[in-house]
Amino acid sequence: MFLVPDAVVRFFHRMASPPHFYAFTEKLMPWLTGLFLLLIVPGLYGGLYLAPADYQQGDSYRIIYIHVPAAWMSLFIYVVMAVTGGIGLIWRIKLAEVVMISSASVGASFTFIALVTGSLWGKPMWGTWWVWDARLTSELILLFLYLGVIGLYGAIDDKRTASKAVAILALVGVVNIPIIHYSVEWWNTLHQGPTVTKMDKPSIHVSMLVPLLLMALAFKVYYIIAMILRARVELVQRERNSQWVKSLIAEEVVE
Amino acid sequence: MSFQEFLEMGGYGFYVWTSYGIATIILIANIVFPLFQRKIFFRQQALKQKRQNS
Repeated sequence: MFLVPDAVVRFFHRMASPPHFYAFTEKLMPWLTGLFLLLIVPGLYGGLYLAPADYQQGDSYRIIYIHVPAAWMSLFIYVVMAVTGGIGLIWRIKLAEVVMISSASVGASFTFIALVTGSLWGKPMWGTWWVWDARLTSELILLFLYLGVIGLYGAIDDKRTASKAVAILALVGVVNIPIIHYSVEWWNTLHQGPTVTKMDKPSIHVSMLVPLLLMALAFKVYYIIAMILRARVELVQRERNSQWVKSLIAEEVVE
Repeated sequence: MSFQEFLEMGGYGFYVWTSYGIATIILIANIVFPLFQRKIFFRQQALKQKRQNS
């Protein structure tokens, strides 16, 4: 491989082997859980208690600490799903397919959370639960794309064929991602413009920004945890007739 | 700030706490569900192995 250190290549090679992934993620889980707690606890404390109320929106803006990280994750996970889908299509790597489909339910959850918390924020601030504007509509389409992926995967019995179909759907749906991101700039909308990603001069105070970034990182770690838990189930189900799964089951029985 | 004031969230308590509550429920479900599925799968497969061995 070009410019990629040997150790990294070897790591990914080993991780692509299902039994190795299964064993490795088991050891990884306590570390991820600890890291998640280290991020979410100060994130919530900072966001709900330490940060001052907004001068225009009062305390209602505190929904931001759920809403914005969830919306970021909804986009991020979709991209992960499309990329792993593409890898699965081209190289037929089983683990890529498993990561793709295991991401879908977590992504759908974050999209749903972004929509619901947005609605709960919109009601007191805009006076309405919902408007059919570009940002909200494109995020709703994202939810349908996720649900389409989950439904399609469940509808096809052969999981390798299902993965192929789902990967194509996920890749086609990627056009929606830049539309969501730029929707607040391309169209006039009720939704406020970006406050954080204007890195040169973010229009948000540090005491509000730090908890937001902590929550964003916490959600990212949460995604890895939830996706891995789902992937481990998917993996043993797919490989139920292989020797490594059979011996895992035998061990479990002894315990 | 009293605890009561904290819960009221300057009059936006309903919107803020419903948001946090729904998110918490969904995020917990995403952890519990696969753990539950794993348990069921292992139990089923163990039964199957037992039947095949006997």
